[in-house]
Amino acid sequence: MTEIIDILISASFWAAVIRIASPLIFATMGELICERAGVLNLGIEGIMVIGAFAGWMGVYQGLPLWGGVATAMCAGMLFGLLQSILTVPFGLSQHVVGLGVTLLATSSASFTYRLMLPEVTSPPKIEPFQPLDIPVLSDLPWLGEAIFQQTALTWAAFAVAGLTAWVLFRTPLGLAVRAVGENPAAVEAQGLSVTGLRMGAVIVGSGLMAVGGAFLTLSAFSSFFFEMVNGRGWICVALVVFGAWKPGKAVLGALLFAGFDALQIRLQQTPIGTHLPYQLFLAAPYLLSILALILMSRRAEVPAALMTPYNKGER
Amino acid sequence: MRLEPIANPSTARRLGLPALALVATLAVAMLLALIAGANPLDTLGQIATGALGSKLAVLETLNRATPLIFTGLAVAVAFRAKLWNIGAEAQLYAGAIVAVVLGTGAIPSPLVLPLSALAAMIAGAVLLLGPVILKTRLGVDEVVTTLLLNFIMLLFVSYLLEGPMKDPMGMGWPKSPALIPEARLPRIIDGLRLHWGFALSLISAVVIWVIQTRTTLGFEIRAVGQNPEAARFAGMPVNAVLIKTALLSGGLAALAGWSEVAGLKGHLSSDLSPGFGYTGIIVAMLALLNPLGVILSAIFVAGIFVGSDAMSRTAGVPTYIADMLMATALLFMVLAILLTRVRVVRG
Repeated sequence: MTEIIDILISASFWAAVIRIASPLIFATMGELICERAGVLNLGIEGIMVIGAFAGWMGVYQGLPLWGGVATAMCAGMLFGLLQSILTVPFGLSQHVVGLGVTLLATSSASFTYRLMLPEVTSPPKIEPFQPLDIPVLSDLPWLGEAIFQQTALTWAAFAVAGLTAWVLFRTPLGLAVRAVGENPAAVEAQGLSVTGLRMGAVIVGSGLMAVGGAFLTLSAFSSFFFEMVNGRGWICVALVVFGAWKPGKAVLGALLFAGFDALQIRLQQTPIGTHLPYQLFLAAPYLLSILALILMSRRAEVPAALMTPYNKGER
Repeated sequence: MRLEPIANPSTARRLGLPALALVATLAVAMLLALIAGANPLDTLGQIATGALGSKLAVLETLNRATPLIFTGLAVAVAFRAKLWNIGAEAQLYAGAIVAVVLGTGAIPSPLVLPLSALAAMIAGAVLLLGPVILKTRLGVDEVVTTLLLNFIMLLFVSYLLEGPMKDPMGMGWPKSPALIPEARLPRIIDGLRLHWGFALSLISAVVIWVIQTRTTLGFEIRAVGQNPEAARFAGMPVNAVLIKTALLSGGLAALAGWSEVAGLKGHLSSDLSPGFGYTGIIVAMLALLNPLGVILSAIFVAGIFVGSDAMSRTAGVPTYIADMLMATALLFMVLAILLTRVRVVRG
């Protein structure tokens, strides 16, 4: 027990929580926007992979770091466009299309990687985002290390979450996006385009997912590995449910989740860790996600038209 | 644009559009070869030769198709009932684990093969039962739970191979001990590297086809898939049908892992499946969820993978072209299937 308390009061633990939560926040906001508009986007896992790859490759080819972020976002939006064409105007199964987009985006990343770096055995490193030094705050004892020594991309993650909440709940556009996920026929009756709103939401959401992937290569690991996204996309789908489709709760969910993740990594190095197989710790995030889905299943306020395609003139 | 149902689609439309989807996939293949700086037609030719060009290549393709037939059937059965089982990968490993547990001397020899096959099916079925019960009882989306279980299962396998199931003679490699000879699936014909798992996969496809077309359960599965509310209204036990579907689907996926261990590898390692569970989704969709079609589409998909491996060694086009083509084929095919039923009109 004392080991756990020691971990919880260390500043580096809290810094890790925020760091681990950042990519999840980007991608969870992306998925939340899609689902609020009525589209389950299971392309998320692959879109994170292509974002991680495109951002890293962009920077490796000489772009500035924010250029890499923009490249990742564009790549994600491209796959979002594909996802949205197939699921919105054509109304195809969002499950099947999403998995197809994940497979296509993942294999596109591997294919392009091999094409551009045919002989490389270990992927080259780039110079990643560095922690921002904020005057006064970064130098505070404990608090400075725990919260105020993060990279710009982490701050961007929280800004994006705030922006998502503001747009969704305080602007006419957000109202339209939410309405299209609840009652598309009513939106159409208002003279707005259901197809346009849904496609827009999926494309923007996919862009955010890709930035979440790019966080891994541009801020966390500084290199690209094939397995690096490793189910984070699926975890974000669970986080949207856990957050009851609300940005604020979803951010809390991501932080809670990152807290468990940071804790399990540290517990592996304690006496508790040496008595238990390390695979159990690694499985914890996935087990937690399933648990979160079960806990929230009764309370969840699912957007009424989620996964229901809309075809004009059909009742 | 708007979609308008077609009352009676012509045969040309029903067969022509899926064929067009495959042609479009080949066009993408040539485009990718061009991007990689290779000759498009040569690349296609080399994929074909690599898959079917020699007796050895054909056997390799059929061996690769065997687990894909099982996982393709698992997905086809489930998707028919709109049960989105994306966990075939985990169920496959459940079957593989059982093959090792029962095949390393735990059971006397004449019984080991049938018993371990049965136990493998039960293990896979039980693994899918959890997500399905969560779906029917609590409304938890089975896509996410089955996907997450894949990751958990791989970690469990890694734990087994480094702990309780580690081969003491494995020179430190994380692999299981070898199966006893009696627990191995024999070859169909002496001297040909093709084991009875392939024959069993063909038999399974026929059995599933019979279930789907000739039994009440098959009728119920289709009814639940087409419209669960109507099926419930008609007095069908929808949840019970979903659970039976899950047992069938999980069992089939487990046989994929069981036959890879008992027929091909003879032991379990954590690289047993290069994503056979996920590829099963593509196999099933390309077969339009038809169990007999699964055989053909699994051989086709296996051929693309085996052929691409061979091609990339000589032509310099990355072998990942196979994965890209399969994803492309999947997306083209679902679009083609839709367009056999509806037409796009302005307005």
